[in-house]
Amino acid sequence: MNIKQLLNQNLVSWMNATRPEATIAISSRVRLARNIKGLPFPGKQNHEQGSQSLQYIEEAWKTSTNPLLRGFDFITMDQLSDLEKQILVEKHLISPGLVSGNSNRGLLFNEDASIVIMINEEDHLRIQCLLPGLQLQEACKISFRVDDSLEQKLDFAFDEKRGYLTSCPTNVGTGMRASVMLHLPATNLSGQIKPIFYNLAQVGMTVRGLYGEGTESAGNLFQLSNQVTLGQTEEEICNNLRTMSLQIINQEQLIREKLKSESPYRLEDKISRSYGILTNARLITSNEALDLLSDVRLGVDLGLIKNIKPLALNELIVAIRPAHLQREAGGEMKPLERDLKRAEIIREKLHVPTSEK
Amino acid sequence: MYCEECKRNLATVHLTQISDSKKTESHLCEECAAQKGTFIPEWGQNFNTLNFLGSVISDNMRELNQTYQHLACPNCGSTFPEIIQKGRLGCGECYKAFEQELEPTLRRIHGNNLHIGKLPARGGEKVLLKQKIEELKADLQQAVIGEEYEKAAQIRDAIKEIENSI
Ligand SMILES: [Zn+2]
Ligand SMILES: [Zn+2]
Repeated sequence: MNIKQLLNQNLVSWMNATRPEATIAISSRVRLARNIKGLPFPGKQNHEQGSQSLQYIEEAWKTSTNPLLRGFDFITMDQLSDLEKQILVEKHLISPGLVSGNSNRGLLFNEDASIVIMINEEDHLRIQCLLPGLQLQEACKISFRVDDSLEQKLDFAFDEKRGYLTSCPTNVGTGMRASVMLHLPATNLSGQIKPIFYNLAQVGMTVRGLYGEGTESAGNLFQLSNQVTLGQTEEEICNNLRTMSLQIINQEQLIREKLKSESPYRLEDKISRSYGILTNARLITSNEALDLLSDVRLGVDLGLIKNIKPLALNELIVAIRPAHLQREAGGEMKPLERDLKRAEIIREKLHVPTSEK
Repeated sequence: MYCEECKRNLATVHLTQISDSKKTESHLCEECAAQKGTFIPEWGQNFNTLNFLGSVISDNMRELNQTYQHLACPNCGSTFPEIIQKGRLGCGECYKAFEQELEPTLRRIHGNNLHIGKLPARGGEKVLLKQKIEELKADLQQAVIGEEYEKAAQIRDAIKEIENSI
């Protein structure tokens, strides 16, 4: 897939989960920070040094005989418009940090964009593997393979005691940030999110709302990630995160069952109303849409709503974001125009022919 | 590890204080640390350098620190105040140049200061060889204590061989 195709379609590989547990754990990500030995980190490098590190990395990719890297495409960020960069951020493929900031930033990505290498973000290299569902170990393995293949060509800044050296001391050691995107409507509804936040902080993990601040999250989407990168192996980090995710998923399922058995009509009513609004509204804000889509997703998981696939819901999370709307409309949009377009896209996507209802 | 003050919460703030050339370590939870008036800087934010250093390092260390403030990383030229102000290091060498200053920060963030994860295939070889040398040195000592001189000589040769290969 070339960059134009990637930009022009809504679907990205992380959305396409096939495993059953993927209804709550939507996607898993592993990101490795690496720097080239001897060169100043991106925040400290002048323009010349920046173009040098970009060039080193492009060369490493170009001259690599490793089949994994051979399948990658390379672009510099200045080849993209601001809108296009924003689209990649909305797809969760690159960090906002790669967009803001000056020249000499680049991107390597594989066929389905499940692997992305950000160049000259906060570190020279950020190797990212993003997979659907709960697949931390797999994502870890894949990012290791990319790391090893790059290392055949590049000398990384590494210290026996401190491990992989990174621009920010919060990443030093493994340089690894692993995370899981979780959909937790029942946990949130029952007020159990805050205790989870609190307990995670005690074990070196953190959770934040994907859209929103702190414990608030539009659409009940949360991102669970490791905070500690030094003094634990990558395997331990992934295993701990996986164990914790499974516990949270288990709790979410228990609360769902409880809600379903205690007040079945209330739950079904709430979900059906949300579905009704989404399929009929003419104007809808991003936050309202995310919250209602969360209800519909819960309805799909519980079998109350049929004929809608989780894939369509994942696609909508991204398709209703401002840059994606603008791409559809083909130009700048006022907030009201965005709400109009958003409602239209949702109606189209969720439309179920009357005969199938 | 639980907080030394309340013995209820987990200790997430680890402080090393040096006064009258005596080193004391305290491990507190954030609540208790805040109550004790210990300033906990968020790494990455701008904060007062002296406050930060003052909370971690006591007076006699501060003198030492003022000399450090004039030192710069030999590779990238970053100074420690600059690093604190930006919340970012300048290059990999900064970790060596400011090893002592960074120590409390690393402990506070990670509760640890030693990497035990993945090693780079090339740079990592060296680490493994060095570990091997340390093991052999321990064996050598055992051999000497046990008066197994022939074995000791063999081990000594093995160590030399590895050292030459690095
Ligand atoms: Zn306490
Ligand atoms: Zn430096």
